[in-house]
Amino acid sequence: MIVVPPAIQRIPWKLIAVLSAITGFGLLVLYSAAGGNWSPWALQQGVRFLVFLTVALVIGRFPIRIFEDFSYIAYIGVLILLIAVELLGFVGGGSQRWLNLGFMNLQPSELMKVTIVVALARFYAQLPPGNTHSFTALWPALVMIGLPAALVMLQPDLGTALSICIGGVVVMFAAGLPFWWFGSTAIAGAAALPVLFSFLHDYQQKRVLIFLDPESDPLGAGYHISQSKIAIGSGGIGGKGFLNGSQSHLDYLPEGHTDFIFATMAEEWGLIGGLGLLFAFFLLLRWSTRVALRARTRFGQLTAAGLTMTIFFYIAINLMMVMGLAPVVGIPLPLFSYGGSSMLTIMTCVGIILAIENDSKTGTRRFH
Amino acid sequence: MPRKSPPITEAWRGITFTRRALVVGGAQAAVGVALAARMAYISVVDNDRYVLESESNRVNLTLVPPRRGWIVDRHGKALANNRVSLRIDIIPDRLHNKDLVLGQLRTLLRLDGDAMDRINRDLKAASGFQPVAVAEDMTEAEYASILVRLPEMPGIAPQRGFARNYPTGAAVGHLIGYVGAPNAEEYQKAKDPLYITPGYKIGKDGLEKYFQPMLKGEPGGRRVEVTARGKVVRDLETQPDVQGKTVHLTIDADLQEFVARRMGRESGAAVVIDCTNGDILSFVSMPSFDPNSFSDGISNSEYSWLRADDHQPLINKATRGLYPPGSTLKPMAAIAAVEHGVDPSERHTCIGGYRLGNRFFRCLGTHGSVDMPTAIMKSCNSYFYWLAHRLGYDAMAPTAKLLGLGEEFQLAGSNQRYGTIPDSAWKMKKYDQQWSASDSLNAVIGQGYVSVNPLQLAVMTARIASGRRLYPRLINREFRNEPLPFSPEALAVARQGMDLVVNGAGTAVRSRLPLDGITMAGKTGTAQVRGLGTGNGKSGTWKFRDHGLFIGFAPVVNPRYATAVVIEHGMGGARAAAPVAKDFMTFLFDREKAMEALETFEAGWGGTIKERMDRDYAAWKSGASSDPDPEVPQ
Repeated sequence: MIVVPPAIQRIPWKLIAVLSAITGFGLLVLYSAAGGNWSPWALQQGVRFLVFLTVALVIGRFPIRIFEDFSYIAYIGVLILLIAVELLGFVGGGSQRWLNLGFMNLQPSELMKVTIVVALARFYAQLPPGNTHSFTALWPALVMIGLPAALVMLQPDLGTALSICIGGVVVMFAAGLPFWWFGSTAIAGAAALPVLFSFLHDYQQKRVLIFLDPESDPLGAGYHISQSKIAIGSGGIGGKGFLNGSQSHLDYLPEGHTDFIFATMAEEWGLIGGLGLLFAFFLLLRWSTRVALRARTRFGQLTAAGLTMTIFFYIAINLMMVMGLAPVVGIPLPLFSYGGSSMLTIMTCVGIILAIENDSKTGTRRFH
Repeated sequence: MPRKSPPITEAWRGITFTRRALVVGGAQAAVGVALAARMAYISVVDNDRYVLESESNRVNLTLVPPRRGWIVDRHGKALANNRVSLRIDIIPDRLHNKDLVLGQLRTLLRLDGDAMDRINRDLKAASGFQPVAVAEDMTEAEYASILVRLPEMPGIAPQRGFARNYPTGAAVGHLIGYVGAPNAEEYQKAKDPLYITPGYKIGKDGLEKYFQPMLKGEPGGRRVEVTARGKVVRDLETQPDVQGKTVHLTIDADLQEFVARRMGRESGAAVVIDCTNGDILSFVSMPSFDPNSFSDGISNSEYSWLRADDHQPLINKATRGLYPPGSTLKPMAAIAAVEHGVDPSERHTCIGGYRLGNRFFRCLGTHGSVDMPTAIMKSCNSYFYWLAHRLGYDAMAPTAKLLGLGEEFQLAGSNQRYGTIPDSAWKMKKYDQQWSASDSLNAVIGQGYVSVNPLQLAVMTARIASGRRLYPRLINREFRNEPLPFSPEALAVARQGMDLVVNGAGTAVRSRLPLDGITMAGKTGTAQVRGLGTGNGKSGTWKFRDHGLFIGFAPVVNPRYATAVVIEHGMGGARAAAPVAKDFMTFLFDREKAMEALETFEAGWGGTIKERMDRDYAAWKSGASSDPDPEVPQ
C-alpha cells in the first residue's frame, strides 16, 4: 500500500481538478476565439489562473480567525476605494469603475462582492441569538449593503450592484432573519420595479427594453443577444467542431472572448459542451455548499453560504444573459471568460471557502 | 408568528441555517436546471432556425446578371443580341478610403459632376454588398487603366458583363422595344435582388417586355464567406449564369431593315405579311428611336429631342396610328357589293360626282361610264357613292370586319388602337343619331367615321389576296386561317381591280415592279387631314397635308406577299406610299436591284438612318431645329 504523505493529502486535489477543468476548457475556447492562437488571450489567462490558484491555495491555509478579525477593516477599506473611484477613477465602457494603480487597473467593486459577505457574516456571528428577530439584526446590515451598492450604482454598474446586494441578502437569509421580511421585501420590490426602472441610465433602460424584445433592434443594442442566440442555437447538440465556429471567427459575435464566451463555446461544442460546463459548475457549487453545511463556526457557515451565492450569481446572470433570459449587464462567466478582475474575485472566494473547509477538519464545531 | 416562537437558541440557529442553506442550494439547482433546459431548447428545438441565420450571416451571395436571350428573325439572324460590356462597380462594404478612390476614378475615367453626384447618391442609398455602378460600356483603354491600379483601390470591382445590342438600331425600335434598368416600382413588385444588381436590365417595351419571362435567363451566383465587417474570407462556390431562351420571330430582318431605310425622312408605317400563313415579315414605324440608346440609359437631352420631333418617333404608328383609309377601302367595298348581288359588269356613269338630295359629292375626275374593276382602277368615287347609296353601309361594314378592319389582334407585345368601322348601330350608340345616306357615302371612300391602323390594312390586303382569314403573327403560333365566306367571283373582281391600278391604266402605274414576270396589284388612297373645302391638302404646312396610303400584294397570280404603307402627310397614295411599296416588294424578289434604288435615295436624303439621326440630334442639341418640313422623295 502506497503511503501518501500528509502534506500531499492536505492538498484539495478534487477542487483543483474541477477548477482546472473549467479553466482548461475556457483556454481551449479562448484559443479558438483567437483564430487558433495562444495569444493574445489563452496563454495569459492560463498563467493568470496558475497564479490565482496558488493564491487561493495559500489563502486556504490561513486560519479562519484572520478573515473574521480583518473583515470590518477590509470592508471599510474597500468602501473608501469605492469613494475614491467616484472621485478619481477613469471612465471605460460608459461607466467609471477602475482605479489605475500603476501596475494594474483595480476594480474595487469586485472586491466589495467578497468583503460584504465576510463583513456581514461577522456581524451575524457576533449577534446574540435572541436578537435575530429584532430590528438590531436588520438595520446595520441594510446600511452595510446599501452604502456600497449605492456607490456602485453611481458608477453606474447595475450587475455588480445587484451582485453585492444578493450576496448580502443571502447572508441575512442564512442568518435566520424572519422569513416574512424577505417575502414582503420581494413583493414591495416587485411593486417598485417601474420606479426603479426610471432611476436607471438611458443606456441601461434601453438594454432592459431590448432584452424584452431583442428583435426590435437587431442591428443596434439587440445585436448582442441576437448574435449570441444564433451562435448557441446553430451549435446544435454536438457543435460545429473545434475551431469551426463561424459566428465567433467571423466577428458576428461581439465580446466573444469575455462576456459572451459561453456562446463561442456552445457554437463549437454544442449542447454537450454546455451541459458539461454546467455540470462542472454544479460540482464547484456543491462543494462550497457542503463546506457551508459542515462549517465549524457560524462565521464560516455564513461566509461560505454567501460566497457560494456570489459565485452562483456570476454564473447564473451570465448564462441567462447569453441565452436571452436577462438584459445585457456585462457580468463575465467565472474562470471561463478572459479577464483578471473576475478571476481574482472568484479565486478569493474559493480560497476563503477552502480555509473554512480546512478549519472544519481541525476541531469540534463551535457556535458563538 | 415570530413573537410566539420559542426562545432563539444557538441550536435553533444551526437548524435554521441548514434548512435555509438547503433552500438556497435548491433554488440554485433549480435555476441551473432551467438554464440547461433553455440551452437545450435553443440548440435543439430552434436549431434549424439558428443554423439558417448563422449561414445567412456567414455567406454572402453576389448575383451575376444572366445573359439575355436573343431575338432572331425567321432565318436565325439576330435582331437583338448581346455584346461584351466592360463595367466598373463599387462594393460599398469594401470601400475603405472613399474620397481617395472616387477621386482616382474621376481622374482616370474623366467622370463629370453629374456622374459623381449620382455615384455619391447611390453609395449613400446602397447597403453592404449591393454594388454601385460607376461606369458602363467603357473602352478597353479605360478598363485597362483601372485594372492596373486595382490593388491601390480596394472596393472597386471591374466586370466583363453583357449589354443588349440591336444590330439594325432604329429599324427595329418599335418592333423589339428596348431594355432598361428596373426602377424602384418594378423592384418593389418583383422583390428580386437581381433587380438591384448593376448591369441587370429588364424589357421595358415591345417584344423585350412581352417576352421578358423567356428572355431573362437564370442569374449566376458567387458565394463568399464574409466577416461581420464585410471582409471576404474565401470563395465558396461560383455558379455560371444560364442564358435566356431565344425568341424566334416571323420577321425577315433584311426586309425589316430595307423597309425602315426606304421610309426615308417620312413619317409613317409599313407592314408586310406573308399571304400563305399570316407571318408578319416586316413591321416598321418611322421615324423611330435607336433602342441601343434606350438600353444604355438614354440621356435626358436625347429623350427630349425625340419627344420634340413632330414626326413622333416614340409612337408605333403601325398599331397606334389611326388614319382614314381613303380609297384603299374600295376593293373591300367591291367585294361587299358583289356579295350583295351587284353585277360587277353593271356600269355607272361618273359625271364628276354624285348627287344625293341637294348635296353633290365630288369625284376626283369625270370618269364617264365605268364598271366595277374600272372604278377600282380609276378610284372613281362616283361609282362607289352610287353603290353605297344603293346598298347602305350596313351592308358593307360586316365585310370590312371580316377582312380584319376594326379588329384588335392578339399580337405579341403590341399595344393597338383598333379604330372604327361605323354602322347605324354604332352611330346610334355613340351619337344617338340615325345613320344617314351621306354617312354611307363618306364611309365608302374611307372618310368620315372610318379609321384604321396600318396593320389592319395589311391584314385586309392579305385576306383579299389569299381568300383566307389570315391571322397576323410575329411568332410561330397556329391559327386556323379558314377560307373567307366570299364567292370567288367577288374576290376576283377586287383583285382584278387592284391589278389594273398598277398594271392597267390606274392610279399607281408608275409603281409597277421593275421585274420580269412578277407584277404587283395595289390600291392607292389619299386621306384628308382637314375637312373638305378648307384647302386642297396638296401643299402648305406639313401637318395639314393629306396622308398617302397604299395597299398591295405580289405576285398578282398566286399572291405571296401583302402590304400596307401609310405615309403621313405624304399628299397622296400614288405619290408617296406606292413608290415605297414598289421598292420593298422589288427587294423581296430582287435584292440587288432594290438596294441600288435605295442607295440612290439615301444619298439624296443625307445618309443612312443612323447618320441622319446623329446629325439631326447634334443639330438639335446645338440649338438649330431640324427641318420640320422634309422633302418628299421622288
